[in-house]
Amino acid sequence: MTSHVLSLLVEDKPGLLTRVAGLFARRGFNIESLAVGHSEIPGLSRITILVDVDDVPLEQVTKQLNKLINVIKIVELDVAQSVQREHLLIKVKVDNTTRSQVLEAVNLFRARVVDVATDAVVIEVTGDSGKTQALLRVLEPFGIRELAQSGLLAIGRGSKSITERVFKN
Amino acid sequence: MTTETTPVPSAPASAEPEMLTGSGAIIRTLELLGVTDVFGIPGGAVIPLYDELMTQTKIRHILVRHEQGAGHAAEGYASATGRVGVAIATSGPGATNLVTAIADAYMDSVPLLAITGQVFSTSMGTDAFQEADIIGITMPITKHSFLARRAEEIPAAIASAYHIASTGRPGPVLVDITKDAQQNLAPFIWPPKLDLPGYRPIVKAHGKQVQAAAQLLLAAKKPVLYVGGGVIRAHASPELLELAESTGAPVVTTLMARGAFPDSHPQHLGMPGMHGTVPAVLALQESDLIISLGARFDDRVTGKISEFAPTAKIVHVDVDPAEISKIRMADVPIVGDAKDVIADLILAYADAAKGAAPDSIVPDTAEWWTYLRGLKEEFPLGFTEPTDGLLAPQYVIQRIGELTGPEAVYAAGVGQHQMWAAQFIKYERPNSWLNSGGAGTMGYSVPAAMGAKVAEPDRVVWSIDGDGCFQMTNQELATCTINKIPIKVAIINNSSLGMVRQWQSLFYDGRHSFTDLNTGHGTAMVPDFVKMADAYGALGIRVTSKDQVDDAIKLALATNDRPVVIDFIVSPGAMVWPMVPQGVSNSFVQYAKDHAPTWEEE
Repeated sequence: MTSHVLSLLVEDKPGLLTRVAGLFARRGFNIESLAVGHSEIPGLSRITILVDVDDVPLEQVTKQLNKLINVIKIVELDVAQSVQREHLLIKVKVDNTTRSQVLEAVNLFRARVVDVATDAVVIEVTGDSGKTQALLRVLEPFGIRELAQSGLLAIGRGSKSITERVFKN
Repeated sequence: MTTETTPVPSAPASAEPEMLTGSGAIIRTLELLGVTDVFGIPGGAVIPLYDELMTQTKIRHILVRHEQGAGHAAEGYASATGRVGVAIATSGPGATNLVTAIADAYMDSVPLLAITGQVFSTSMGTDAFQEADIIGITMPITKHSFLARRAEEIPAAIASAYHIASTGRPGPVLVDITKDAQQNLAPFIWPPKLDLPGYRPIVKAHGKQVQAAAQLLLAAKKPVLYVGGGVIRAHASPELLELAESTGAPVVTTLMARGAFPDSHPQHLGMPGMHGTVPAVLALQESDLIISLGARFDDRVTGKISEFAPTAKIVHVDVDPAEISKIRMADVPIVGDAKDVIADLILAYADAAKGAAPDSIVPDTAEWWTYLRGLKEEFPLGFTEPTDGLLAPQYVIQRIGELTGPEAVYAAGVGQHQMWAAQFIKYERPNSWLNSGGAGTMGYSVPAAMGAKVAEPDRVVWSIDGDGCFQMTNQELATCTINKIPIKVAIINNSSLGMVRQWQSLFYDGRHSFTDLNTGHGTAMVPDFVKMADAYGALGIRVTSKDQVDDAIKLALATNDRPVVIDFIVSPGAMVWPMVPQGVSNSFVQYAKDHAPTWEEE
């Protein structure tokens, strides 16, 4: 199985997320991550889904999603042709001996400290999953007290837009 | 599958839109959409709607006895005509009672509009009395659903629902309407704007794909037209007949497609699948080209999918892109409405045939036909007389078909009697055979027959039911009697849940666990179906021997002032044959117990 990034343009209607998530569950497809937010067009939202399936079931996922009345468009975003980012907030245990090592890691990964307490710091990092996973591995030995993670966000490279051809007719 | 994209406006133009209550808007919208009959039962959350229903005359409301009956009646209405069937229920349990019928309509692509009442919008989410999240509950089994919380939203919600239910691949759409939305006043604006940017069903297929299909058809030595329910939903029977006759290809019609192609036609091999005819099963299995028209490679048709039709190329025509290559990879995928695609395919085939050598077309399939005709002769549909001296259920069903004829409508329940009704009644026209194919809903028959009779009062409508099925929804006999809907019910009473019993006999060492219903021969006969018919104001007839069969059917056909129930006491030992046991290749089709035909294989 391989991971695929699907970008969905959807109508911002009540229950929309349930329809999408329910479809994945019912057809036996596994969502690895999900990010939802407004698109640049009022009334339309954009959902980015990371799904772990083979190519043939992926076609089935896409076709079934397309059948949802509120789903307007679906594109698969290729890693090479798109920018893909995760956003993490990590609370790490620190004391006087470890604080400087943690801050060094933060600098090396171009992350940021967004909250400081005597015995902990909250670190914010964005990047592709390779980078975020590497940072987590580095921070692990210090003790990760809490982790909050957004779904993967992705957008195609270049000037084209997913909404471009949707409303031509 | 109608082609209109927006409802036809017929309201008079006036400067000030008329003020209507939400309930009034529901009825006006249905009226303007052309709805003439609805099935339903009132409850707290739809009292405002029913109050308006009482004073209008354009829509006939049939008061059912259970919401499931309303749902199946609407399905029967839709399946007999191709029009949208409408069912109304109240909130909570009323709505959940519709769920089975909605699931059924979803599986069999029946255009169904379900209208449910919902608690006041201000009480939603508080576990109010008779509150159920019916939109959430039905999400996996509806094509779409709408919630109207305000009176203003009602016309667009219902018109959109109607449009979605009846176009593309038809299906059930639910509109949930709060009680305050029904009560409040709002200007009635018609036609409403249908805002469905994500809904664009494809009707017209890609020309290149159709040409590729025509080329394959021309080159095939063992073609089969695998016809599914989509052909009936698309009203494509005339086109199918023309395609079959111009190509000379054999035709098989699935359980959902019985009647799409005349049974009397010499190119018809019958029904494929688990209980299909031997020629139909083996034609698909040994084919080199399957043209699938509105069919979905259901497991009951394909048997073990990895061994299904191993040498066949697949042309898959479906209006729903998600069906194509879902089960079996298609060599030529064609997305489009069956009616349009078949018409295009006829032309493309004629074009392709012109380019080919004139005498090389028909003889190509001659060998195939010799083989198939041999199978037809060697393995005709048939049955043996039961050894217990009781009536053969197949005989009863066959006589019903023969004495009533192809202009009637036949609605079956689910199980053995359903298979026999699919096999032994000869269907000559689409929409004459109604059944629960995908969902397999016991209890479908009586209410579906009722719905069909409301839609087509001039046709004879038979409910071919089992003693098990009948006990699930027979309360609608009251509806039939009171509303003068004279359906005819044939209970094929083998005193058991026959299909389960058959599997227990064949695969579970004859251990008949909880399948005896004690309604038939040599039992307490509880309930007594003849007395029950009498209690419901229907004519009840009991038939126990072969010599009574014709007289009973003739009496039923002659009785049109009330419903008729015939209790045919048949043998519990009778089994449905042929049969492909579950989980094996179709090559192992058994003509009768322990009797498999020879088949071509290396």
